[in-house]
Amino acid sequence: MIRVEKIYKQFGDLEVLKDINVEFERGKTNLIIGRSGAGKTVLLKILIGLIIPTSGTVFYDDTDFYKLNKKQIRKLRMEVGMLFQASALFDSYTVEENIRFPLDMFTNFTPAEKSNRVNSCLEKVNLEGVNNRYPSEISGGMQKRVGIARAIVMHPQYLFCDEPNSGLDPKTSILIDQLIRDITRENNITTIINTHDMNSVMEIGENIILLQDGHLVWQGSSGDVLSTDSGIIQNFIFASPFLQRLKKLALEK
Amino acid sequence: MLLGQSLGGPRKLNIYFRETIRHMMDIGIGSVIIVALIAFFIGAVTAVQFSYQLGGTLIPRYYIGYIVRDMTIIELAPTITCLVLAGKVGSNIASEIGGMRQKEHIDAMEIMGVNTASFLILPRVIAGLTMIPLLVFMAAIISIFGAFVASVPIGLFSADEFIKGLGMFYDPYNVFMMFVKSVVFAFILITIPAYQGYNVRGGSIELGNASTAAVVFSNVFILLSDYFIALLLTT
Repeated sequence: MIRVEKIYKQFGDLEVLKDINVEFERGKTNLIIGRSGAGKTVLLKILIGLIIPTSGTVFYDDTDFYKLNKKQIRKLRMEVGMLFQASALFDSYTVEENIRFPLDMFTNFTPAEKSNRVNSCLEKVNLEGVNNRYPSEISGGMQKRVGIARAIVMHPQYLFCDEPNSGLDPKTSILIDQLIRDITRENNITTIINTHDMNSVMEIGENIILLQDGHLVWQGSSGDVLSTDSGIIQNFIFASPFLQRLKKLALEK
Repeated sequence: MLLGQSLGGPRKLNIYFRETIRHMMDIGIGSVIIVALIAFFIGAVTAVQFSYQLGGTLIPRYYIGYIVRDMTIIELAPTITCLVLAGKVGSNIASEIGGMRQKEHIDAMEIMGVNTASFLILPRVIAGLTMIPLLVFMAAIISIFGAFVASVPIGLFSADEFIKGLGMFYDPYNVFMMFVKSVVFAFILITIPAYQGYNVRGGSIELGNASTAAVVFSNVFILLSDYFIALLLTT
């Protein structure tokens, strides 16, 4: 579980996040949604300590992240996996070396054990036989899957995904969403996803928060999205006439 | 501060060792040709110029060998080699680390719990401190060879005169001075670009600016430290 308490963030005169209080539950896919500039990425970066909040704090279970020293932060981060928007795979490393990197850095596994762990992660993301390819030699969707494999190779307790569907075709997006949901459930980890993908919201949104102008304006599940009267969520999720018609059809059924 | 962080104890020595070897290959082997080429012509031009300047004077021709040797060892080999390397290696380090910052590779490592300052900078510093003095030593030898090849066959002075000059007034302390300079310059030309690259923000324009700043600052600091080392070691 990750709990956010009274987070404020200001860049100069610009207030990006205002009094954010929320709990992201273990074993669930928690989604942060909102329009561009709403503060989603800043909130995600505050959660993982890449941006320091102006005030407020973040608890990883009972640990206050912002009271930890650098050494303790590094230790905690070994329990964290992250999938970046552009995958952030190391260009000069092969797929296998990319996934093995955290194992090389932090474990005393034998080469065979590392290899087994890498292969089992690649199997989980349905990507076998690409071990010796370089990131530039595989597609964007495959890079995302390698990114997920690298994020889960240390068996993290917390998984963060920054726009996991961006730049992917709808079918690959669905595969990535399912993969993240399955990993979350199987390993009972706390997963937080930053997305604008409405399909993800409806498919895997077990706990969704909507940010608008730096405020948390709505919280609920994908089921609540259909039934809520909140104008803010309706305007955001069902922004196009096509989606409005689709919603009407769903409710009629 | 960044330097302090980079000295933070490495977790896995074998990974750091592998990275250090990779950077030793990049910095050392990757710079051999350019350093050799420049050193050869520096030696050649020095010999030709001094031959011209000593022409018509009472100073014996064999002094050219002595002048070329000491100028090369004390000043030209360490300084010119490191100024060139500040351009080649320094801009490469700033762009490589800066590119990693922009592509979120550094953030990815941070989130894994890696001490990125240490992982990205320490192996480069060790590689630089090991390889650059060797390159400077090589440059000194090639420079003297260049002076010989460019002057003796065209009759500016004889081989005997040049070799006699090379053996005159030899002081091993000058070689020590060359190595002191090369170590200090190596440290400068690795750490300044690493700092510029590590702290780059923004897009390609900022990356270009960081790379330029890395080369300019490295050159300025190399020249400044050259002066202070000369003062310290010769007065």
